[in-house]
Amino acid sequence: MTASGELARPLVEVGPLATSEPLIRWGWIVDHLDDIWVATVEHVQLTAIAVGLGFVIALALSIVALRFRASYVPITWVTGTLYTIPSLALFAFLVPFTGLSVLSAEIGLVSYTLLILFRNTVAGIDGVPGEVREAALGMGYRRWRLFLEIELPLALPVIVAGLRIASVTIVGLVTVTSLISLGGLGVFILDGLQRDFTTPLIVGAVLSVALASAIDLALVLVERALAPWERRGAA
Amino acid sequence: MSRPAIELEHVAKRYPGTSSPAVGDLSLAVPQGEIAVLVGPSGCGKTTVLKMINRLIEPTAGRITVGGVEVRELQPHLLRQGIGYVIQQIGLFPHRTVAQNMATVPRLLGWDRRRIASRVEELLELVALEPELLGRYPAELSGGQRQRVGVARALAADPPVLLMDEPFGAVDPIVRARLQEELLELQRRVRKTIVFVTHDIDEAIQLGDRVAILNVGGVLEQYAPPEEMLRVPASEFVEEFLGAERGLKRLSLMTVASVIAGVERGLAAAAGGLAAPQHGPRAQLAEGLDAARRAIAEHDAEWLALLDGERLLGWVWGRELQTASSLAELEPRPFLATVQPASSLREALDAIVSSHTEVAVVCEGDLYRGMLALSDIVGEIREAAAPPGVAR
Repeated sequence: MTASGELARPLVEVGPLATSEPLIRWGWIVDHLDDIWVATVEHVQLTAIAVGLGFVIALALSIVALRFRASYVPITWVTGTLYTIPSLALFAFLVPFTGLSVLSAEIGLVSYTLLILFRNTVAGIDGVPGEVREAALGMGYRRWRLFLEIELPLALPVIVAGLRIASVTIVGLVTVTSLISLGGLGVFILDGLQRDFTTPLIVGAVLSVALASAIDLALVLVERALAPWERRGAA
Repeated sequence: MSRPAIELEHVAKRYPGTSSPAVGDLSLAVPQGEIAVLVGPSGCGKTTVLKMINRLIEPTAGRITVGGVEVRELQPHLLRQGIGYVIQQIGLFPHRTVAQNMATVPRLLGWDRRRIASRVEELLELVALEPELLGRYPAELSGGQRQRVGVARALAADPPVLLMDEPFGAVDPIVRARLQEELLELQRRVRKTIVFVTHDIDEAIQLGDRVAILNVGGVLEQYAPPEEMLRVPASEFVEEFLGAERGLKRLSLMTVASVIAGVERGLAAAAGGLAAPQHGPRAQLAEGLDAARRAIAEHDAEWLALLDGERLLGWVWGRELQTASSLAELEPRPFLATVQPASSLREALDAIVSSHTEVAVVCEGDLYRGMLALSDIVGEIREAAAPPGVAR
């Protein structure tokens, strides 16, 4: 259609949509409810593992950075570099080593969460007021208990903000892993594109967006439940 | 004097790469149950001194003992669990309720739930907070309430020693004055050994049993009870730091009761039992009109105080006595300016200059305790200043 079509051959040939074809064929959806469910669960799993694992690693990196300040810049640099690698390229690079596996998918997905989660965790704990820390130490708190009982809970809103961004990003990215035969709902999108068939494409895209919104909302509710002082204080 | 609760011996703090020490060589002892106030300009190291006591800052030289135990011998967190700590910004835990904040140190010490709950009840009463505040978060409290919670939290495990770093620095003057009163009231009940840091000399004078004035580099210029310090400043620096109105500041430390005692001592020495001129013109209702007229003539006054036994009825004009047929028919006006024996001389002075009778009537409830004239107050100051005390 345009010059760009000649410069780079698209991975997926997207032809003009047949006008006789309805945008959504409800019958297809009814026939594939089981597949849709399985793919949705897989999507949630891939996301949860990525964000969960990413948070554990980011928390460990944060503890290192808080303990040894000089490490903050190098850690930001490494996680920042991981964040900038195009996902397609990363998966293509990983497949020769780790195959078409969950491992390949997760290595890529986890990498993308690290920068956000690391930066937000450090910022959250840095944001704990100095006088709170001083009072706690002055009353006889030890370092670890201070971290677990005071600093981490107070950093919670900023950490959850990071988890929300990371989750929404990862839900979107998981669709890309369909290119290595994973990808949860991405499978439908890929299928729809390849077959010139809008129904699975729309199902995949809509469910992916819905999932991202649902996870985001769930995290907001979790935060409200865990940090009641945040809202009460404003009164 | 019993063994000091806190003792600093030749304590110093030098930071690497600085030419002059934050604290050079400081020795100081705080007796059991007293409030010692560290005061001085910024850079005098007063907060550093305080934080060396609970090892938030480690001294580079010298010895510090709390309750006879050298602080270096204890693990820092154990030492601190035994010392109350209050800072200017208070540092309440925003994610914990008032009750949970108060329970901080008992929880660290591993008290059981029931003991903590009953202690929180006691603390609430001790710092005069309403029970409905227990479930609130710090952000839902006023500045004064936060400060009280901070003090309660510091007192939770009943530590013998309390360190307070400008605790009232961030509240407005009216709330500050009330919190200062409350601290003194609290101290009368709990008798802690308190080290209190401030930059406000008036706060130091008001709160301190002893005041330590520190100069830059932690140089101790004078360490004395505030009354003595105001009477005999040890150095030009102290004199300057105490500022103008030293005499007036002393007046705010001396009580009316002490002057009455002084006047009565003088009377006893004079013997004879004549009516004390310092007491002003007064008469007993039962003694009748003639005695009242004599009293007013004796004092060459225009007014007279009427008493019924120990009860003060009020005052009447001299000219009312001339026309009256009996004392009972007069309607005495109440004295507007009365002071209590526990009032300061500064309040008495204010009462004297602002009333047209030119005396401050001393009452305890409605019982008459005496009258103070300007000359009594001036005399008392002169007497106190005459034999200069030896600065410790």
